[in-house]
Amino acid sequence: MFDPQDLKDQIAVIGVGNTKYGNFPHIDDYGLAAQAFRNAVEDCGIDKNQIDGLCVSRIPYYARMGEVLGINPRWTIPLPAHGRMSGMGIIEACAAISAGLCHTVALIYANIGRSRRVNYGGDESPGTWDPWGFTSPGAAHAMAFRRHMELYGTTTRQLAEVSVSVRYHACLNPDAVMRNPITIEDHESARFITAPLRLLDYCLINDGAVCLILTSKERAKDFKKKPVMISGFGAQESFSHASIANFDFDNWYPAVQSAGQQAYGMAGVGHDDIDALMCYDNFSPTVLFSLEGLGFCGKGEAGSFVENGALSLGGRLPTNTDGGHLSNSYMQGWALNVEAVRQVRGECGDRQVPDCEVVQYVQATPCTRTIIYTRG
Amino acid sequence: MSYNKPLPKIDTLNKPFWDGAKQNKFLLQHCPSCGDTRFPPGPVCPKCLADGQTWIEASGTGTLESWVDMHRAYWDGYKDALPYRVCLVRLTEGPVIVSNLVNAPDALKLGMKLKVVFDPVTDDVTIPKFTLADG
Repeated sequence: MFDPQDLKDQIAVIGVGNTKYGNFPHIDDYGLAAQAFRNAVEDCGIDKNQIDGLCVSRIPYYARMGEVLGINPRWTIPLPAHGRMSGMGIIEACAAISAGLCHTVALIYANIGRSRRVNYGGDESPGTWDPWGFTSPGAAHAMAFRRHMELYGTTTRQLAEVSVSVRYHACLNPDAVMRNPITIEDHESARFITAPLRLLDYCLINDGAVCLILTSKERAKDFKKKPVMISGFGAQESFSHASIANFDFDNWYPAVQSAGQQAYGMAGVGHDDIDALMCYDNFSPTVLFSLEGLGFCGKGEAGSFVENGALSLGGRLPTNTDGGHLSNSYMQGWALNVEAVRQVRGECGDRQVPDCEVVQYVQATPCTRTIIYTRG
Repeated sequence: MSYNKPLPKIDTLNKPFWDGAKQNKFLLQHCPSCGDTRFPPGPVCPKCLADGQTWIEASGTGTLESWVDMHRAYWDGYKDALPYRVCLVRLTEGPVIVSNLVNAPDALKLGMKLKVVFDPVTDDVTIPKFTLADG
């Protein structure tokens, strides 16, 4: 048995790719996934037949995916559509490569929720609390944010800072879906979906696909671009309120804290070393909860931490530089991991964080994960 | 007009809860082995994994832990009822549940004392909801 901390800088991301993001009713999951895969293959210049590991998420059938791509891996793991599988999949791929189960993994995610009119609530996702009209992940996050407001005095104007900073980044990203700038006042006057949350606190629903290709440090030297190393990761589940889906009584604080400590210890970095944060922003409050759990500020202090554009490029902690789920693309964490890789490579153009060497990804969800990417 | 909001999907596990509600009783699943009390019910006790879970009549009281106002109708039956208020209740017996807060003012605070009220929405189904205990 080995200590997972020994995996520091042992696994590299060698290729990343994505589709355009938007509304594509004429393309199915496999079609989008194939585009993202082809782009990731071209990004690193690998012969696709060298890929012997396959991790798919939100893909109807993994074997059809293999058929579509013409690959027959020796390790395959299908993950469900839930928005927490990116961190899980990447860490599982690291474990599989280090165990020798395969040497090069393609991780592929596709979402056709926009063109197929997915609602994320009501009869589409039945739950325990339907008789009380309580449904949708957004309502659960509204419930959590109300507690934060009441316990710590956090305001919706502070919450707006998250959406405004992330939209600012989307305006710098030519591929982002939402590219009109917004202000705090725009946030405050947007319509309520589940009060206290408004439209601009909610992620987009769009079609698209993402692919990452991972391999061992040794093999990573053979490809087109300088590899980006996975230097640290951490994990902790919070299942004790699972029947209240997407809700945690402590806003995932203990889980994010634990996962963060694992990752910082493994990577040997601290908060001051993090050049950019890629933070799962299904709903804007999740960003506040993540900042607190990771320890960028104290518990209950995230509202004041994010004020005055702290999360914007040039601020104290540039966050979701691609525009995140709120304004770039709802790729359920996968695109944020791609953005982390591109930031470390220095490929981000107008939205590039200067001298970016260390980027952290975090998902504060019932399956909390965090991953630290560096140049190794 | 017939009731057109979602009704509970009653199964063998949760049937005692809904049978109790119809008799204006608020029941919680209870472990005779270790005393754990919970909602929603489960097939075994999540603390000690014992079978033979039973039901107790709870006090029907608790405290307000959070609330939201739903402004979007995910079911057509709510279209004419927007916005409606959903609350998070910590029951006196311990479990945290979701319910509706009815007949309450807009000025709310965490920790407010709540008590159950029973809303017979159809001939067959009564939905337990909460209101301010001191209201």
